[in-house]
Formats: sequence, structure tokens, C-alpha cells
Amino acid sequence: MQKITRDILVEKAVSLLENGTVCCVLGWKKGEFDYDVTPALFESKEEIEKDFVYDDFCGANFSKYLVKKTIKAEGKILVFLKPCDTYSFNQLLTEHRFDREKVYAIGIPCEGMADINKIRAIAGDGISEIKCGEKIVVDTIYGDKHEIDAKDVLLERCINCKSKKHVNYDELLGDEGEVIESNRFDEVARLEAMTPDERFAFWQNELSRCIRCNACRDVCPACTCEKCVFDNPKSGVENKAPANEFEEKMFHIIRAFHVAGRCTDCGECSRVCPQHIPLHLLNRKFIKDIDSFYGEYQAGAEVGSRAPLVNYTTNDLEPSEVFEGRGE
Amino acid sequence: MLKCSYDALNGIFAKIAENAKLYLPADKDGKTDYTKWAEGVEWSNALNTARSPKDFFFPQVEDLMKFKVEGKSIAIDDIREESEDFVVFGVRACDVRSFDILDRVFLIEPYDSYYASRREHGVIISCACTRPTETCFCKTFGIDCTNPGGDITVWRCEDALYWQANTEKGEKLLGTLGLESADESAVNAQKEQTARIMEKLPLAKLTTEGFGGGKTMELFNKPEWKSLSEACLGCGTCTFVCPTCQCYDVKDFNTGNEIIRYRCWDSCMYSDFTKMAHGNNRLSQVERFRQRFMHKLVYYPENNEGIFGCVGCGRCLAKCPISMNIVKVMKTIGGSAE
Amino acid sequence: MNTRREPLIPVVGVITDVRLDTPDIKTFRVVTPDGKKAFDHRPGQCAMLSIPGVGEAMFSITSSPTNTEYMEFSIKKCGCVTEWLHQAEVGQNITIRGPYGNPFPVDTEFAGKNLLFIAGGVALAPLRSVINYVRHYKDRYGKIDIVYGARSKEDLLQYREIIDEWCKDEGVTVYLTIDREQADWDGHVGFVPNYVKELGFDTDKTVILCGPPIMIKFTLAGLTELGFKKEQVYTTLELKMKCAIGKCGRCNVGSKYVCKDGPVFRLDELDELPNEY
Repeated sequence: MQKITRDILVEKAVSLLENGTVCCVLGWKKGEFDYDVTPALFESKEEIEKDFVYDDFCGANFSKYLVKKTIKAEGKILVFLKPCDTYSFNQLLTEHRFDREKVYAIGIPCEGMADINKIRAIAGDGISEIKCGEKIVVDTIYGDKHEIDAKDVLLERCINCKSKKHVNYDELLGDEGEVIESNRFDEVARLEAMTPDERFAFWQNELSRCIRCNACRDVCPACTCEKCVFDNPKSGVENKAPANEFEEKMFHIIRAFHVAGRCTDCGECSRVCPQHIPLHLLNRKFIKDIDSFYGEYQAGAEVGSRAPLVNYTTNDLEPSEVFEGRGE
Repeated sequence: MLKCSYDALNGIFAKIAENAKLYLPADKDGKTDYTKWAEGVEWSNALNTARSPKDFFFPQVEDLMKFKVEGKSIAIDDIREESEDFVVFGVRACDVRSFDILDRVFLIEPYDSYYASRREHGVIISCACTRPTETCFCKTFGIDCTNPGGDITVWRCEDALYWQANTEKGEKLLGTLGLESADESAVNAQKEQTARIMEKLPLAKLTTEGFGGGKTMELFNKPEWKSLSEACLGCGTCTFVCPTCQCYDVKDFNTGNEIIRYRCWDSCMYSDFTKMAHGNNRLSQVERFRQRFMHKLVYYPENNEGIFGCVGCGRCLAKCPISMNIVKVMKTIGGSAE
Repeated sequence: MNTRREPLIPVVGVITDVRLDTPDIKTFRVVTPDGKKAFDHRPGQCAMLSIPGVGEAMFSITSSPTNTEYMEFSIKKCGCVTEWLHQAEVGQNITIRGPYGNPFPVDTEFAGKNLLFIAGGVALAPLRSVINYVRHYKDRYGKIDIVYGARSKEDLLQYREIIDEWCKDEGVTVYLTIDREQADWDGHVGFVPNYVKELGFDTDKTVILCGPPIMIKFTLAGLTELGFKKEQVYTTLELKMKCAIGKCGRCNVGSKYVCKDGPVFRLDELDELPNEY
């Protein structure tokens, strides 16, 4: 259950819209059911009061939308950012991807978002109602009722939440949190402990499900190239489908390399994957390696920080040391 | 009508698999997908597979032909092969209808011989639904999930699995399985029960009213397309999980000693779908988004006697990264009743 | 082996002649390896040409169906396939399949009519097959007027054929125009839409119009002023195509597939389609 209520956000959004501070509001819009919330650009008080939601199904990270939406906006856009979203926000600012002046950012607390797939695994088919409260209460058309502890159905990225602290905002609603110790590298360590053959088999199995829908890339706040190399016929790797078994791996591995050092570990890639491939683990491996080779670094923690991979210091490891340090 | 006990099912699968590859929905790593049957593969209880069965007839990637290029000369190699016989078991009513929709694209002149060969060699064994879920809306498109069609239909009743052949192809296969005959009472009872559940589904009242052939200009120009497509990422998830989306790309791959021309699924949601050397006729996501839904709800029915290009399987409802989908489009654009 | 005919599988074509028509347009003559025409076509129909490994694209067949020996394609250099073709020499193999699309209604609606052809730039390519067809069967048609414009004299496609053959034909009147004055040009200077208005044609004609969208838009406005109706005007569209047989979905506009329901449309038919072409 979220500590901050929808009503507080609605009141804030309406007042900022009405006093002219902002021209529109990037927020979560009520869906057809209780869980299929859609990101939306609200332009009027009526729309906000009618359809704005904030509950356990508001996982979507709005930072990337700002890249395109700020170009056309005639005033400031109000955006609500959960703590993890603010890291993506900062990283995009570091990369000069949008004009900070055209955004009014409100930090909002987050108690972790729910994964509908996990709820469905417990409640089964035919979900007719979900109430987010102390417990998540699910009713089905088959007459079943389930009371589920929210922490049992958290999105993967929320189980291993890295920070409750907002690293950028114009205004904060609710209390400021702290960067927290997470176990987010445990799964990476487990993969590192495998033999190369086992690890290959693991990724072979996971990536073989990829349908190359590009949802991971298209949602990723670190993927903001105007023209992706995989969409460019002149690149020689342009493709819409894995032409062979190697290629489906290549796409994800190249993408992981491309966002290395810039990925804030927001977890959107794994959240949106229709085939439930744990893509975030590729990125986390890079983060873990960068941490161990160059000292701890969190992308997006501050605007303008120089990521280890694009910075040179005389203390940098030699490539041979990096190689020898593998698996440490 | 015939029936078999659930204990006998494994033996029946083995018998089918003697003469043809058999595929059925099976669970693996918490997901359900069509899997090649072998001893030990269990038929899933899940309502449907994550990936639609369109792959069986229209695979995501397929080689079309090869070229040998030497100097200025080109040799074309027709690498087509007659498809092997195969059986797809456990197909839901929505997905069975999707084959009809694909047929109307690939089997009209000039027909697609790659698709046609697989269609001829494939036997569809459908399975009636008993526990539809909230994202189901097949009824909106006149599909009866208790009577799903295909070459053979099975009903999963409590006491036994009931079988009925619907086509000659189905009769032929069913005749080889040695099943006992049965009366229809259990099946009829199940149909009635499922029909009652269908009434209770949240999307039970979704209608196609306001859509169909002849509505192009009226619907195309609706201002609501902008807000509907506002958050669309332009990814291909909806297209690729959709059992009826059939747009494809044709591409060449140079292996170094020959060139393979292959086709792969494509999506009208992709920014380069209509891009050509001198321009692009759909430059914005709102245009691309509109095209996908207009095609299913207006253009397709206009060309196909009113049959809609959606089967209500609900996959896009479950999979869209931003939870935008055809139901929201229909309710917003068509003003369909709650 | 699947023995059915498969429309996606092309045949080999051999380039037997390459002519530099304008600085960026070349005309290619294509036959099969045994020296024959690859297939018969009707005026306005198209073919898919490809270079394996580079790509496949749709081109209008610019030679007339009455030419039974070979096909010609006038191709402007603007993308991967066309750039590659522009470097090709005589003897180069390519692949070819077709014919695709609906032809201009030369034997039905056009029969007995006065015809007015209006083209700009490379858009003469699709009209050339129609013009040469109706010139060949001149007794079946009334008077033929051709208005053709390009940026400069050098950009006029098939200039020699126009001067040496079309202009000399009885019953055929050719009006050429270029965008800007140039030294060796004593003909008309100005844009096609304005020239059409200046010429002020009678409305007893069927119009075949092809050119860049902006030219079509303004020419159409001029024609409307002159009293022409949309039912009298035909054009041919060009959209991205991959399969050319109405299945891959790229050229879908409204309920039509340009590759098989077009590319020839009457303007009043286009009015019923969303403006996405």
C-alpha cells in the first residue's frame, strides 16, 4: 500500500495546473481493470479528477517520456517521480536529453509496486477486483477472495529496492527516504558462481524466449538514441527478428554494453518484458563489475557526474587487471 | 462424440506423435507455451499460451529462398520444402479463429505457398474453455469458446476428455485413436456452465458497434487517437503476441558465400515500417498506432465480409508495457457500452 | 519440394542496356537470361527488382506493353537499391518479379477520350508506358496532350524520345517546361501547375497526373479551377512495399493495398481513403 494517497497528488496537480505553474501533468491513468494503469498526459482538472490514480500498480517510470514531451510542451510539465525514477531523471539530465526548465518534478514516496503476474499466480484467473490496502485484496469472478501481503507480490526491482531517496525534485510530497542496503547483487553473484557452461545455458534458456518486440529498449531511459543501431539498415545489424540463435543474444548483450555505466538499475526492462526475461541481471552484472573495478558508482545519483567508463584517472585498472579480476 | 479417460491421454498423445509432430501447451519456468510433445511433457492447465500459435503457420522468421552471386551472375535457389505433418493440440477458440483471419490474407490469390503448405499439413485440435479470465472478450467477435472448431475439438470435462471431429482431416486422425463413444450430456452441461461464466466477465458487454467496414473516415479522424497513443512506446509487443497480426518484412542476409532472403514478423508500430528512400507516410506514433487498430477494426472487416481482425484473446491486454490495448481503444473511439 | 508457384520468388533478369537520362536518373533495359521479356504487363503496372544482399524495391515499368522484346525501368538514385543499380553495368544480373498492381484503364475508361498527361520530374517514368501505348494505338483515342516539367533541361527524362518521336506524332502535343531560365532553353519556364493553368485545357479530357505530392496538390487546384472533376483524373501512388502481393501490410492505406488495389487510382477513389499516401 502506498503511504501517499491519490487524493493528495490530484489536489497538487490540479492546483499547479490551475495556477499556471504547469501546462500538463504526466501521471498514471486508471485502466479497464484495477491493475492496468497507463501513463498519460493530463491537460485538464476534469481529466485528473476523473482518471488519475496512484496505487500499487504505478510502476511506470516517466523520466524517458520527458525527452519527447518537453520538446512540444508550451509550458512546464508536471511529473511525479518515485525515488528510483529520479535516478533516471538525473541520468537523462546528465546526458542533456531534456530541458530541466520545462519540468516541474514532484518527488513522491513509494512503498514498492506490485507485480500483477505474481498476484495472478496466487489468485488465478478471472480477477474482478483488486483493493490496495494494508493487504492486497483480490476478488475473482469465480468467487474466490485472496488477501495477499504486498511484500509477497512486489515487482522484482522493488524487492531489491536500492533507494527510497529522491535525488532530484522541485517539490517533495511526503517524507524523504534514504539510500538503502539492498541485496540486488545476490542474483548476479549466483550467476557468477556458475561455470561458463552453466551460465551460457542459463542465458540461452532465458533469451531463447525473446520475441524481439523491442519493449525493453523502447522503455529504457538509457536508450534514447534518435536512431537505434538496430533500426538502422546501414549498420548491418538492423533487424526485427533474431535471424539466428546468436542474434537474439547479441541484441541484448550489445544493449547491455551500450547502457553500461548509464543504467540506473530502474528495472523497467524486466518489468515490461512480455516473455519475463530477467534482463536487468545483465545490467546489474555491469554495475557490480564497475563498482568492484572502479569503486562504487550509482548512475543518476547526481547530475553531471562522470561515470567511470567515460572518465580517466591515473588510478584506473589496467585491462589485464580487469581480466584477472573476473569473478572476484 | 468420443471420449477418453485422463489416464489414457498420454497413450493417445504417443499415438498421435507416431505419425506427426505433436505440439501442446505445457508449463515451463512458470510460463505456458506450445511445446513439442515427448514422454513426460504434461498438457498445461493454463487458460492459454503466452505466445500465440500463429508461429505454426507463420513463423517469426523463415527463409524464403537463397541466392548465389558470382561476378555479375545470380542463381536463385528455391529452398521450399513440403511441410511435415503436425498436430497442434489444445488450441483455444480465439486462436482457432485467428487461423481463419490469417487464411484470408495468405490464402487469397496470389497465395502464399509457404503458409499454405503448413496449413495443409497441420491438424488443429481445439479445446473448449471452462475458466475464461477477465481479459477475455472473444464473444465480442462472435466466437463461442465452448465450441471452438478446428479439425477436432476436445472438451475437458470432469469425468473424461471428450472428442469430436469437425473436418475430414479431423475424422481421419480421430479414427486412428481408438476412443470409446460417449453421449454429449457432460459436454452440454459444461457448455452451459461456461456460458454463464461468460456473462459475468467484465468485458462481456464490449461490442463492435461503431466499427466495421465503411467507417474509415468517421473513425480515422477522431481526435481521441492522440491521447490513446500518447504513451505508446512504439514497441512491437502487441503485434508480436497478437494471433492475427500478420505484417512482415523481407530481408536479405549475406552469410559470406550465399545470400538468404528471409521474412520476419514486422510491426506497423515501428517507426521504419513505412519508411522508404524518399520519405515516410506515417511519421508520428499516433499515425502508426491508429493504423494498427483501424486495420483490425475497420479495414480488415471491410475487405472480409465484416469479420474483425481481432479475436479477443486478451494477450495484448496482459502484455502491453503501458497497458494500452484494443479494449481501451474500442471503448474510447467507438463509445462502446460499459 | 514444394511445387507450387510462389509469387515471392523472382526470376533472374539481365541488364542489357544502361542509359544516363538525367544527372540522377538512369534507364535500364532488362530481359531474361535467354533474351526474352520476363513477363507481359499492362500500362502502369510495376515490377519488383532486387539485388540479392542489397534489397528489393518496386519500380514502374516504363516501357510500353507494345514492346515485346524487353522491359525498361527509369530509376532515380535515392536509396540503397537504386544507388547500387546506378553502379551496375551491362550484363549485370538482377532479379525481377511481377507484374504488380492495376494498370491504367487504357482499354476501357480511356478508350475514345482526349487524354491529358501531366508529369513532373521522374514521375514521367510510370506515364511513359501509357503514353507509348496510346501512341501505338492512336486511332483508339482522341487528342493527346502532354505537359511535362522538370527542374532543368538536363532533368527532363526521355528527352530524346520526346523530341524525336512524341513531338513529331500527329495528334500529340507536347508542352515542356523547366523551373528556371537556362542558356540553351527557349521553351517555357515555370512550374507545372502554373503552366497547366496558363494552357487552360478544355474539360473534355481525361487527365493522367503524376508527380511529387506538392505538384499534384497545386495542379489539382488548377484543374479544378479549369472545371475538371476528380472523376476525370487518374494518378499512380508510390508507397513502401515488400511483398507486392497485398500481404506484408506496408502499403496499406484504408482498406486498400497500393501494391494490388493500386497503384493507379482515380482521384475520387482517393478521397475515400485516409490521407496517408
